[in-house]
Amino acid sequence: MKKLNFLKPNRENLSTYLYTGTFLLLMSSFIVFLNAFFKVNLTSFLPGYVDFFLPLVLGIIGLHLIRIEFSGIKKLDLLNKNINTSTFNAILTLLIIFTIIKSIPPLLSWFILDANIAGDTKDVCTGSGACWTYIKIWLRRFIYGMYPNDEQWRINIAFVIVIALGCVGYFATERFKKFLTLYYVVIYPIIAYLLIYYLISGGSFDLIWVETGAWGGLSLTFIVSFFCLIFCFPLGMMLALGRRSDLPTLRYISIGFIEFWRGVPLITVLFMSSVMFPMFLPQDFFMDKLVRVIIAISLFEAAYVAEVIRGGLQALPRGQYDAAKSLGMGYWKMHIFVILPQALKLVIPGIANTFLALVKDTPLIFVVGLLELVGMLNLAKTNPKWLGFAMEGYVFAAIIFWIICYAMSRYSYNLELKYKTER
Amino acid sequence: MNNKIRKILPQLITLLVVVLIFGFFTFNAQTNMASRGIDFGFGFLSQESSFDVQFSLIEYDGSHSYARAYLVGLLNTLLVAFIGIIISTIIGVIVGIARLSPNYLIERSAAFYVEFFRNIPLLLQIFFWYFAALRALPLPEKADPIFGVFFLTIKGLFVPAFIWNNFDIFFYSLLAAIISIILIRNYAKKVQENQGKQIPVLYISISLLLVLPLLTFLIGGVSLNFEVPVLKQIAKTSFIYEGGLGLPPELIALTLALALYTATFIAECVRAGIQGINKGQKEAAASIGLTPNQVLKLVIMPQALRIIIPPTTNQYLNLTKNSSLAAAIAYPDLVLVFAGTALMQTGRAIEIVSITMFTYLSISLFISILMNWYNKKIAIKEK
Repeated sequence: MKKLNFLKPNRENLSTYLYTGTFLLLMSSFIVFLNAFFKVNLTSFLPGYVDFFLPLVLGIIGLHLIRIEFSGIKKLDLLNKNINTSTFNAILTLLIIFTIIKSIPPLLSWFILDANIAGDTKDVCTGSGACWTYIKIWLRRFIYGMYPNDEQWRINIAFVIVIALGCVGYFATERFKKFLTLYYVVIYPIIAYLLIYYLISGGSFDLIWVETGAWGGLSLTFIVSFFCLIFCFPLGMMLALGRRSDLPTLRYISIGFIEFWRGVPLITVLFMSSVMFPMFLPQDFFMDKLVRVIIAISLFEAAYVAEVIRGGLQALPRGQYDAAKSLGMGYWKMHIFVILPQALKLVIPGIANTFLALVKDTPLIFVVGLLELVGMLNLAKTNPKWLGFAMEGYVFAAIIFWIICYAMSRYSYNLELKYKTER
Repeated sequence: MNNKIRKILPQLITLLVVVLIFGFFTFNAQTNMASRGIDFGFGFLSQESSFDVQFSLIEYDGSHSYARAYLVGLLNTLLVAFIGIIISTIIGVIVGIARLSPNYLIERSAAFYVEFFRNIPLLLQIFFWYFAALRALPLPEKADPIFGVFFLTIKGLFVPAFIWNNFDIFFYSLLAAIISIILIRNYAKKVQENQGKQIPVLYISISLLLVLPLLTFLIGGVSLNFEVPVLKQIAKTSFIYEGGLGLPPELIALTLALALYTATFIAECVRAGIQGINKGQKEAAASIGLTPNQVLKLVIMPQALRIIIPPTTNQYLNLTKNSSLAAAIAYPDLVLVFAGTALMQTGRAIEIVSITMFTYLSISLFISILMNWYNKKIAIKEK
């Protein structure tokens, strides 16, 4: 057996180093684990600072001992390469592992172990954990807002139909594929609008009229995002084309429009739509709050969409324009068949980001008094019967928004891969 | 001839439409205002505002004018933006570099942070910090001091205030230090270009920045005292901190949420910038014998910054615009003070909303002009 040099572990005596190192590493994790889960402190006999830093020191020594280059063991090499390249990295690795171990018990107890979901009053929530009863009781309000309980099937049906119609593109046969753009840009929004007007708003066909002020919750988030998405995209495309146009008037108007909307915060735009815009309309002309908001957000986001699309247009090589022109295509033919399909493909990530921003901006409509999910939470939080559950509400909303946004960004990523073409 | 018509006609039509829309709006606005008995004008700005603002950087109370209230709001907005930009840059750069770390755990943690905070609406985050997280803090009388002088309570963060003697001398010395650093940098650049020698500019600048102001303490008669906040009872159950500097919880929640949210975007910009540099650059620099530090400083960073800075400035702009969400938690920023309270009192919707929008617009334009200038300066000079 050769002399052991603990400062410089090498391949000789590999197993000695490996066993000592692994033991120390496991020991340090075990101390932290016991401390976090069972509140047992194994090393309490040591003086304060030593006690506090002992797991870290043990872990560093352990990781140091197993840091053996070309050990011949595949897993060890992989481990060393990924989390244990130097002492500094080892410290960071240990800190992250300890943080994860430490944060599991409080999170677990708050979310599940000490949480309550049974019952329907505040009194059942006695534990130190979350009170999911609050979410359970208010769930209808969080999803449908102040919409009457007996009429909520109307929202459900409208949403199902709109989603079903949105999926038509997947099932279209070759013959109808060329009409899809027309369908999505013109026909689909009109159908969706009619559905929402007659089904959700009501007032005819024996359905009770529900004013838009009563709409709310998650369904309102979806309605606002849906219409804004549909409107802002064609508008943004027009603006992007206008900004790249040869005609000076069109160009300057587009530039002015885009820069104006991009320079102001959305909240002031909503302020404008609620307090200033009515002044600009004829006196007897009434426009619903929701419609005003949708117009405002669409105009606002259209400017961002326009800039993204402009980026795609600029990224196309000049040859594409020249080639299209040399085939005798006019302006519109050239853009519709040659330029835009390529440019839009390029900017899928950018457009997805803008749409994500739009969905995340919808809570701002509280400014004009419309209460979507976050607004409903704030309302519920001030209810005298249910005081003190702000945390649960925000965590609930955060989870929902996170799922929506994350799914959208994943979807856009897949689209990007699908349409990626080598050039 | 046909071609000319084709060029002029669309322009004429758009122009006509725009003019018609604007004309329609102005006409309506005039009739509306006439019927309500309001006349358009900015005279109200000099009237007495008669409302109070909770938190203000400059002296302000109800007897001051609306113009002063506007200034208070603007300064509060800029304060939030300034602090938020600094914190978000620090976090963003660290997280962005961490995302490129060879350490799997660090890379994953950074990615988790980015994916987590980016996908939750900012407003929700602000509400979370303000209504849920900061409400869990202790009451003033029960707060434990951090390092003996900071008090983090439900009423805000109380920190020691600086009390300066002869602050102007200190300030001038700082200015002198900065100017001399710029001169030395230029000189060092010239020396390097002519003779290839490197002067340790960083060490010289740091020592200058430390020594010159310190000298003023010794010679110039500058002195600095701290005023530590002290707990004081004003009623049986109500306590307050006196002295020191109090940061309201609204400000803390807002800057925290803005910084954490914007940092995710900055992190992505930094990552994209560093990844955008060709691997060959690094290898070439290493092969001519530069040390890893020099590679980063002289080869990677100057090129990466070119990619990083434009989108990052955009994020700073977004942060400034997003600071208007302050209105939701009643932090007295421009939107809340001016477009909220002042508008409610005066009822002058058109004037106030346009002033507010114009202010944000000029901030944006100012920053984009700066950015374009900087972009042009650092752009690759191609032949």
